[in-house]
Amino acid sequence: MILVYLIGVLLIAGVVAWVAARWNSQLPRWVSLVAIGVDLALAVTIWGRGSVSDTKTWLDEIDWNWVPAFGIHFHLAVDGLSLLLLVLTFFLGIMSVLASWTEIRERVGFFHFNLLWVLAGIAGVFLAVDLFLFYFCWELMLVPMYFLILIWGHERRVYAAVKFFLFTQLSGLLMLIAILALYFIHHQVTGVYTFEYSKLLGTQLSPHAEFWIMLGFFVAFSVKLPVVPLHTWLPDAHTQASTAGSVILAGLLLKTGGYGLLRFVVPLFPRAAHQFTPAALVLAAIGIVYGAIMAFSQTDLKRLVAYTSVSHLGFVLLGIFSWNPLALQGAIMTMISHGLSTGALFILVGGLQERLHTRDLDQMGGLWAVVPRLSGAALFFSLGSLGLPGLGDFIGEFLVLLGSYRVSIAITVVASIGVLTSTFYALRMVQRAFQGPNTHAWHIPDLNLQEAFMMAVMIPCLLWLGLYPQPVFNTSRPALDHLQREAQYPIAALRR
Amino acid sequence: MITLLWLIPALPFASTLVLVLLGSRLSRRAVAMVGVGSIGLSAVIAILVAASYLGATPSGGSFTQPLWTWIDVDSFRPQVSLYLDSLSLLMVLVVTFVGFLIHLYSAEFMIEDEGYSRFFAYMNLFVASMLTLLLANNLLLLYLGWEGVGLCSYLLIGFWYRDPANGRAARKAFIVTRVGDTALSIGLFLLFTRLGTLQIQDLMQRASTQWAPGTSLAAAAAFLLLGGAVGKSAQLPLQVWLPDAMAGPTPVSALLHAATMVTAGVYLIARTHVLFSLAPSAQSAVAVVGACTLLLAGFSALTQWDIKRVLAYSTVSQIGYMFVALGVGAWGAALFHFVTHAFFKALLFLGAGVITNALHDEHNIFRMGGLRKELPLTFWTFLIAGCSLAALPFITAGFFSKDLIIWDEWSAQNGNPALWTAGMIGALLTSLYTFRLIFRVFFGPLGLPVTKRPGYRMKIPLVVLAILSIVGGYFKQPLLAFLHSALPSTLEVHAGALTEIRSETISGLLFFVGVYFAYLFHLQKRNLADVLVENPIGRMLHQWWFADWGLDWIYDKVLVQPFIWVARINKSDFVDAFYAGIAWLARLSYRGLSDTETGRVRWYAASMAAASLLFIAIVLFK
Repeated sequence: MILVYLIGVLLIAGVVAWVAARWNSQLPRWVSLVAIGVDLALAVTIWGRGSVSDTKTWLDEIDWNWVPAFGIHFHLAVDGLSLLLLVLTFFLGIMSVLASWTEIRERVGFFHFNLLWVLAGIAGVFLAVDLFLFYFCWELMLVPMYFLILIWGHERRVYAAVKFFLFTQLSGLLMLIAILALYFIHHQVTGVYTFEYSKLLGTQLSPHAEFWIMLGFFVAFSVKLPVVPLHTWLPDAHTQASTAGSVILAGLLLKTGGYGLLRFVVPLFPRAAHQFTPAALVLAAIGIVYGAIMAFSQTDLKRLVAYTSVSHLGFVLLGIFSWNPLALQGAIMTMISHGLSTGALFILVGGLQERLHTRDLDQMGGLWAVVPRLSGAALFFSLGSLGLPGLGDFIGEFLVLLGSYRVSIAITVVASIGVLTSTFYALRMVQRAFQGPNTHAWHIPDLNLQEAFMMAVMIPCLLWLGLYPQPVFNTSRPALDHLQREAQYPIAALRR
Repeated sequence: MITLLWLIPALPFASTLVLVLLGSRLSRRAVAMVGVGSIGLSAVIAILVAASYLGATPSGGSFTQPLWTWIDVDSFRPQVSLYLDSLSLLMVLVVTFVGFLIHLYSAEFMIEDEGYSRFFAYMNLFVASMLTLLLANNLLLLYLGWEGVGLCSYLLIGFWYRDPANGRAARKAFIVTRVGDTALSIGLFLLFTRLGTLQIQDLMQRASTQWAPGTSLAAAAAFLLLGGAVGKSAQLPLQVWLPDAMAGPTPVSALLHAATMVTAGVYLIARTHVLFSLAPSAQSAVAVVGACTLLLAGFSALTQWDIKRVLAYSTVSQIGYMFVALGVGAWGAALFHFVTHAFFKALLFLGAGVITNALHDEHNIFRMGGLRKELPLTFWTFLIAGCSLAALPFITAGFFSKDLIIWDEWSAQNGNPALWTAGMIGALLTSLYTFRLIFRVFFGPLGLPVTKRPGYRMKIPLVVLAILSIVGGYFKQPLLAFLHSALPSTLEVHAGALTEIRSETISGLLFFVGVYFAYLFHLQKRNLADVLVENPIGRMLHQWWFADWGLDWIYDKVLVQPFIWVARINKSDFVDAFYAGIAWLARLSYRGLSDTETGRVRWYAASMAAASLLFIAIVLFK
């Protein structure tokens, strides 16, 4: 039941927050904090229950018949992989509420309604093991996100929101078609109509069909991830969204793409994924380098940070399609660390925009003397972004590269050069914003209470991931072992 | 006592943390206590550890202290674990001790700076990273220290962040060294994939059992590690960052050149010497890189007018000597030169700091002069360090270490006359540029007036380092014997016509030749130098050497500018143009279609008829 609570609390609290705003505009914030806090506590209790045995797939699950006629189940289940991403979701959820504390002043109730419902959708995506339910949650997170960008975004919010909607919606439709195709083919083969993940695993598909269905899933997930050249919605959406919107987009929504690839694309279609691996690896390498170069060229601070995500999530794609334990653990670690470091950067950049009323790097400079704490925190997370050892991002990217080296040396070398390129944008950002002379004579307040609290939590977390990441690996290992057993085809043997 | 080992890097890390968290609330006195004290304590513990290591040498000559398992994924199990043998112990002693003296000096040097606590936080982190690098028992932990050192160099070179030029120098240092680091990281992937561990001792053992000497894999791995080493140690072709690194406060330069950072590459190669022995091609490359670097940097040093840039090029050149030594298999000699170099180079930079401080931050040696009487202590200590750098025979430490290298260039396993000649020319150049500096700064008529004199915290390090710059040389035999447990001793194979005494005599003579010409051009007949530079060839060479042989220019034109150009031209992301094109097409067709919606019935009827005709035609004539 705990899994239903996880989603239910958010959905109900969303409505409560909306209504509560009538009495007091601060109330929705507290409602949201409490609701997400409860969820975080629940998720941590599941974590605290100890590791699973190798025989049992799920740490916890709930399975209700939803629409028996079509074989649709309300089936939620959690394993180590989902759990890690859930903890990240609720953690960043709390950060998003705090980050909006002073920024969002209009329609506070409806804002928090959308915020909580997006989180509910994301939690559902990480929990659903019925493909129909999965698709349902996939769409559930889309609409509130659209509103978050559309209503509380910045100057080009309408353009960005529509672009975001079109990209995700169209690619989502491809996935729906793919899901239905799989559903019907499964019925043809076995005579059973089911959307059940565990039953659809190992469905006999003709190579041709398998490839096209795989591609349908892949496109949907790679729009979210994003994979170059399907990434162009991202810089606009991230830049135009409010701080909380950017944090959720970068920290969580992108991760649903990585999660989908891991959970569905490779296990459901191992042969097609195997066949597709060279292309995916090339796309990953292109994304890593291209995203870094794009980030380097930006003058809009938020857009710069947005493009860094394109680069970092390239490592996730690289890790997943390298499909060996090292690379997979690296991909998961990259997802988590990226959520923290990029989330924190968006919080800091949002804070700066709130103070300066601009995101233009040309307008900044010399802020170190003015806001030393904010600058120090931004430097810290930039270092995370450029892959400094001792911080979480390094662990993730290093493991991905260590694993991908076994699959393709050339791709690994290109991706390593991508790591180098991340130095360029990270240092440029620090230089342009915080160093140099304070030519515009800015005089702004340093971190406020909420921001200081967020940094005081996020900085140790990133250090922890960098210096003692083992708890994360231990949590995800059984899940990864299981996924690897499903995908019988050893992709890692592609090239030795 | 030896179990206190972990405290050596932990103390500076802890004080960094304290300074970052509380620095703004502490008084300057307290900041100095924490910042200097932590390194001092580290040095004391290092001495205690050394004493217990020498008193009861652990079996096998090494002591391992595992702290925790860092990562355990699949078969990849790097630990956070410290490894002490004579090599790392020697380096740790030098780094903590010289580092302590530099910190002590900084406590006074930086006293008026607004970023006092920030400075010490960075400096402590710098030392802590270096100590981690030295004590790491696996290459991943070494890489953590390695990158940490790079980061701190960035932070400290750009310490005075308001000037964009400093920021540029800082980013250059970080990025150029990171180019090397990328090679190093690929080397780690290769080593782990092929040998299944990153634990250094296991790695060396497996390499020597699994790879035959001269195999391509061993060569590839060694070359990739060399890539990392030339970046950090500022050797060709990645030496371009070091001269610009002068932008940081002077104690930073002292730390960077003497104790931390630039010697990391030397350490890495010494640490993985087994691998380099398996890859003769890579090892000769180390020697060639070193020889070329020591010559090119020597020529560049001759032309600089900035006191710190002269010293910077001299560092590049001296590290070149260490590389040659490593390349010819004279492992001990390289480390010996590292030790003496740490003493005299730290002293030279600290002296330069006193001078620039005294002259209102003037760096141009041609505007200085006559400081011998004004700053006597600085003069004498600087002279001692200079003599040590230029290898004044039989007295200074630098002579013993450098001559050992030059002799090994001839006699060691991979030695040859060409390397020996390069070493000799380098010796002459060193003596020339060092005394050019000394004669310009301390002799002749008084240049700028002295406005500030050093206090005791700046004087003590000068005196201590001056003593070490002399005495250090007398520990040659014990030191080489001490290192023997970690590094193989040098095999002298081709002695031939030359003996060690003759080689020493020649280099001793070259020292005096250098001093004489420096005297001639820079003290006795100062216009003579101008005459040399003024003729066309002289001017061309001067400019070429002054600009570091144009390497910077080439990198700028071939790599930096094109990259920036590509990035800028694609700022708005050409991929998006495709989607914008689709949107435009959709809008266009919408407009086209809505234009047909005119409300005129005749139009509708006509278009319907036309369409019907068209379809009938298609059906009929298909």
